[in-house]
Parts: sequence; C-alpha cells; structure tokens
Amino acid sequence: MSRLKLFLPLGILGLLLALFYVGLKLDPSAMPSVLVGKPVPDFRLSLVRDEQAYVNQDYFKDKVSLLNIWATWCYACRIEHPYFNKLADEGIHIVGVNYKDEREAAQKWLRDLHDPYVFSLYDQSGRLGLDLGVTGAPETYLVDKQGIIRYRHIGVVDTNVWESTLGPQYQALLTE
Amino acid sequence: MVPELGHLALLLALVLSAALFVLPLLGAWRGNLPLMLAGRSLASGVFLLVLLAFACLWWAFVKDDFTVAYVANHSNSLMPVYYKISAIWGGHEGSLLLWILMLSGWTFAVVLFSRSLPVDMQARVLSVLGFVAVGFLSFILFTSNPFDRILPIAPQDGADLNPLLQDIGLILHPPVLYMGYVGFSVVFAFAIAALLTGRLDAAWSRWSRPWAIMAWAFLTVGIAIGSWWAYYELGWGGWWFWDPVENASFLPWLVGTALIHSLAVTEKRGLFKSWTILLAIFTFSLSLLGTFLVRSGVLTSVHAFANDPARGLFILLFLAVVVGLSLTLYAFRAPVVNHAQRFNLSSREALLLSNNILLVIIMVTVLLGTLFPLIADALKLGKYSVGPPFFNIVFIPFMALICLLVALAPTSRWKQTQGKIYRRALSLPFVASVLAAAIVPYLAGGYSWQIVVATFIAGWVAFATLGDCLGKMRHRDGWRRGLRQLSLSYYGMIIAHVGIAVMVIGVCYSSHYSDERMLRMNVGQTVEVAGLDFTLQELREVEGSNYRGDEAVILMHRGERELRTLLPQKRQYFASGQIMTEVAISPGLTRDIYIAMGEEIAADSWSMRIHYNAFVRWIWLGALMMAGGGVLAVIDKRYRKRRKQPTEVADVKA
Repeated sequence: MSRLKLFLPLGILGLLLALFYVGLKLDPSAMPSVLVGKPVPDFRLSLVRDEQAYVNQDYFKDKVSLLNIWATWCYACRIEHPYFNKLADEGIHIVGVNYKDEREAAQKWLRDLHDPYVFSLYDQSGRLGLDLGVTGAPETYLVDKQGIIRYRHIGVVDTNVWESTLGPQYQALLTE
Repeated sequence: MVPELGHLALLLALVLSAALFVLPLLGAWRGNLPLMLAGRSLASGVFLLVLLAFACLWWAFVKDDFTVAYVANHSNSLMPVYYKISAIWGGHEGSLLLWILMLSGWTFAVVLFSRSLPVDMQARVLSVLGFVAVGFLSFILFTSNPFDRILPIAPQDGADLNPLLQDIGLILHPPVLYMGYVGFSVVFAFAIAALLTGRLDAAWSRWSRPWAIMAWAFLTVGIAIGSWWAYYELGWGGWWFWDPVENASFLPWLVGTALIHSLAVTEKRGLFKSWTILLAIFTFSLSLLGTFLVRSGVLTSVHAFANDPARGLFILLFLAVVVGLSLTLYAFRAPVVNHAQRFNLSSREALLLSNNILLVIIMVTVLLGTLFPLIADALKLGKYSVGPPFFNIVFIPFMALICLLVALAPTSRWKQTQGKIYRRALSLPFVASVLAAAIVPYLAGGYSWQIVVATFIAGWVAFATLGDCLGKMRHRDGWRRGLRQLSLSYYGMIIAHVGIAVMVIGVCYSSHYSDERMLRMNVGQTVEVAGLDFTLQELREVEGSNYRGDEAVILMHRGERELRTLLPQKRQYFASGQIMTEVAISPGLTRDIYIAMGEEIAADSWSMRIHYNAFVRWIWLGALMMAGGGVLAVIDKRYRKRRKQPTEVADVKA
C-alpha cells in the first residue's frame, strides 16, 4: 500500500501533461468579446469629416452594419483598407471608428486612400473603443438591425475572412 | 564566421553532453574508474564550449551583426553598448542560451567543489546534469537557434530591444533568476543519484544542502530584482501582479523553501527522506514547468516570450521524460519507512513539517490559480482569468500561519520541546509584539485591523527570533564568547527569519498606507500630495542615443525646504516608435515618492501621477535579508570541514 502511494506524484504528472498537451492547441488570447449579444455601448461622438456633426448609438437601429476600428497609426489598417473599399462598392454598410487618432491625419488618410465608410466616428480619447473592449486596431464588429453586436473579428479583414465568416453572417442578418 | 563558430560550439557541446550523460553512468554501473572520472573533463568541456557559444553571440551583438536574425530582432545600432550586451537575454533564444550557460556553469561548479564526493556519486550527479544539458541543447539547436542568419538580404538596422527591457533591471534579473532556477538542477541530480544508489543517508543531504540553499538564495534575489524592476519600470506603482510568469518563478521558490527546511531534518535526524527527495524533484520540475509556461504560449502574460507551439511541444516532451522518469524511479526506489512516533508535536521536526505542508499547500493553490484559465479552456468551461484577489485570499492567511510558527523555530528542540521552554522564551516577545501592534500603527499613519495584525505578526517573528539570538549569546564567559560560539548558519537563519518580518511590514504597510493621485500640473504651479509640495518648474525635451522625449523638472519641497528634484520622462524610441514612461523615484526607508508623466494636456501642462508608496523598500530589503541568510548558511565552515571525510568512505565502498 505505502509503495503504491509513491506512484501518486506520477499520476498527477500524467494529468498535468495531458492538460498541457491540450493547452498547446488552444489559443489563450482568442477572447470572445464580452459584448457579443449586447447592444453597441452608448456614445456620442463627432464625425471625422465634420466636427459639428454628432452621432450616437441609436444610429445602428434598422440596418445591418460593419463597425470597423481603424487608425492612421495602424499599419494593418492600411493593409485591409483596399478590401473595405471593395466591400463598400458592393454596397456593404460600413461605419468606421477612428480610434485614438488625429482628425487631420484621419481626413488626409481618407482622401488619399478613398473613403469606404458611411462615416467615421472620431474617437480620439478611445472611450468607445474601451467600451467595446478593443484590444487593438484593426477590429471589425457585426451589428444587427436591433443595434446588437453579433460578432467580433480581431485583425485584418481580407477575402478569406469575409467569405468564410463575416460575409455569410452579414447576409444572414439582412434577412433576419 | 563568428556566429557559425558559436553554432558549431553548441553542436559540440551537445555531443559532449550526450557523452557526459552516458559514460560516467556506465562507469558507475560497471565500477569502471576511468569512465567515472571522464565525467569531470566532459563537464568542463561542455562548460567551455557553451561559454564560447555565448561569447560568439555577445560578439554578434556588440559588432551589430544584423545578418543574425536574433540580433536583428533584439538590437539596434543606436543602443548603448551595455544594453547590447544585456539584449543577449532579451528574447527567447538568447535567454535559453543564458540558461544553458548557467546549467553548464553549475555542472562545472559540481566538478570544482565536490572533489571530496565519492567518485561514483559524483559520476552519477554529473551524468544526470548531462542528461538535462542534452535536453536543453537539443531544444536550442533544433527549435530556437540564436545563430540563424537572415540571408541573402539582411536588414540595415536592428528592430531594437523592447524599451521596457532597456534597463538595469533587465541586465541583472534574468541571470540571477536563472542561477536560481538552474541551481536546483544540481539538487535534483543529487536526489536522482541517491535514488539510483539507494544511499539516502545523512551524507547525501549534507551534500545537497549548500547547493539547495545557494540556488534558493539566487532565486530569492532574482525574484526580488524582477519585482523591483516591475515597480519602477512598468510605471504602475505595483510590485507584484500574480502574473503567470511571476508565478512561474514563485512556484519553485515556494517548494525550494520547503526543500531547504526539509533537508535540515533529513540531515540532522534522518527523517522525511522520501519527502525531501520528492521536494527536490518537484523544485526542479517546477523550474522546467515555468520554462514551459513562459515559452509555449499556453497562458497569456505581460512578459511571455513569442509563442511557438513547436517549442512548447518540445519542452513538454522533455518535461514528460525528465519528470516522468524521475517520479517512476522515485516510486520504485524511495524508502517507505514509517517514522511516526519518533518526534512529538512540540518538536522542531513537527514545526519543520508544518512549514513544509503549508508551503506545499500555498504552492498547489498558486499553481491551480495559474493553471485555472488553461484548465477551464481545456475542459470547455469558458474563458477565465484568475486575478490577484484569489491569490491574496489564499496566500495571506497561510503565510500568516507560517509566520506565527517561524517565531517558534529557533527556540524549538529536536524530538520534543517542553512547554516551559517555549513559555520562557516567548512570553516577552509576545508582550512586545502586542505593544508594537498597539503603538506602531499610530506612529505610521492610522489603524486598521490588517495593519494591527501585520504589525503583531512582524513583531512576533522579529522579537522571538532576535530574542533567541540574544539569549544564546548570553554565554557564561561573556558576550564575545557567546557571539563566537554561534555558527554562521545559525546567524543565517536569524537574519533570514527577521527578513520575513521586514517583508511582512513592507507588504502590508505599502498596501495600506500608500496613496496615489492623478492630477494636472501646469508650469510654475504647486500641488500637494501626502503632505509634500510639488512644483513643476520646467518642461524640456531630452534626447538619448536611441530615443527622444519630454522631461518634467519637478521640485519636491515641504514649504520652503527643498527636498529633491525629480525628473520623470516620457520617451519615444526611434526604432519601434514605442512610447515609454520613465518614472522618477525619490526612494526612502519609510516612503517612496514616485512620479509618472501621463498625457500632455497643453504646451505647459501635463497630467501627472504622483504615488506615495509607504515602506515599499522593506519588501526587497526583506528578500535580500533572506538571501543573505542563505549565503551565510552556505559559507558555514561545517560544510567544508565535513566534506573532506566521505572520500575515504567512498574508497572503501568502491
């Protein structure tokens, strides 16, 4: 019996090893947004193109939108930008959130690279980003007709991402 | 050419390590003296080769050889030369090389300092260390070679070292920490060698003890430096965050602390042998586990290395082989003698046993807390993170219990301690600490039950420990005689235990009396925080070799009396564009003033964070006292004196 007890540490090790083996295949940073299933947080922000014009969360009612977090300091945003231009040409409804940025730089960016957004919210303090739980730019949220966030994508949106996840869900929400 | 030389040196070191694993073990098994002795020269050879490889990487950094991928990713031509050197261990590959250097260094130290060990014992110890070296050398060579080149098109300049790491803290923290981590591999090797031979005697624990204490002292200092670095460099004002990587270094420390105490019982009383062996295996396993957690990306952490599942898998396999084999060996070979009834509850053995149990309970809870996000994720229970409240709730009560018992330690006797001995030795310290708990909080800045309890505990530990020391010095032939008759290792224990009291004060007072204010400061304006006045005199631009920044000149004064000028900075590093907050600290024994620049509000106005951190230095002072006590115990001459004897015993046995 007492000899058997000495095998206990070995058994615990076996359990731990199994756990770690499974753990290797998991991605600890793949955080589902706490806001999925919840409404877009309250905000009142001016637009990048016009500091007199304000928009709040009620805008998202009765339409399906993509909410794209971008910034001029974000290199990956420059990479995904042409694809958003293409989506906008296809009639996809995209709202931008210009995150922790300078208004003039953002305006210049939209002039130079073409503006795919219906409008871009000017979130200089990053408050809306904070409320959304943004981990970094770019991020893209899918908002349904009730103004509820249905999906969050972290990182660049490209053909692959659009066709595999975002696109089908967007189409499905349109008919909902 | 030089990087290729380094690569070659590592390859040769791998070959020699394999020989170091096989030959001495074979020799010990067959009783072949030349094979056993070969271990010494092989271990020296491995050390020299790894040193050469390390020097080659050093050269590549100092000479800005950006064709080497690791250098290009972690250095920059503009960086000051001392950071170029410390950048060697600023990333995964190089820090792994540092780890291996430490391992081969400790192995070499076994060759140097254990000449008096029985030849077969030394052969087995070196062989186990050779096996560990084979694992790590294969790891670095097959998954994380620091000498890989970027060819044909090398970058013009390096990507720069993360500015957080460009700091004296990073120059010191990893080498000292690794000395501790890796040092436990020697104790592990002793344990395995003892299991192989079945000679689990007092001699074995006497050989292991100095190594264990030395490794533990290094680990203590290493963790303290890491905490100090986090305090002033991260700019959050905290000194411990229960981050998985911090926990990874804390777990072996907890078990290591249990181990050095358990070794004392095994040496002096021949008890707890299986337990001690198990602790030695655990301590090293937890060092390996820490490596796995930090380098595989299974947990998120502020300072995890770049994730790579291939690396994670390799360490996991290595962990499985090393720990699996040793625990199997343990299960078959550990002695199962029942020692019950040979000491009673009042004895020193019982105290040390409870120390062990409490420390292991703390270790298990910290381990569970650290792994819980992973467990929950693996069992599909959802995503969780375990925060400081959990750790504090389990850690603080158990630690308080340990502290209460620590006070009894020096007074206690082996086998059994009579109640009246405790009563005589501890009544005065008890009264003194009650008084301290009543008075000191009043002087320090206000009462709360936590402060009163903490003051009592710290006083209890300190007074009881020092009281015992004074009592033992009071020799019949006068103080001097008394002072000299006590051994260094006794003083070591006294200092280390008083260090605990110092740390308790630091931890509790800093968390209760500290204050933090976020405010706007305009040039010429004076603000008051914690009874001190701060005047922003000037804002100016500063330029370093690889960054540019803003600096605030803040005069700290009390009314008219000028105390100090503080210069916090906000830096932007050229290569990465990263913004860094350099805090300015006015350190003091009872309080630190700590200023961090926030955001620029207007041309002559910044938001500033001013912290008043009470007694925070005591935390690291306590840690240094613990480590210092450990060093005193190691240099105690009884280890040197007695180590001469076993040679003859061994010759007889061989």
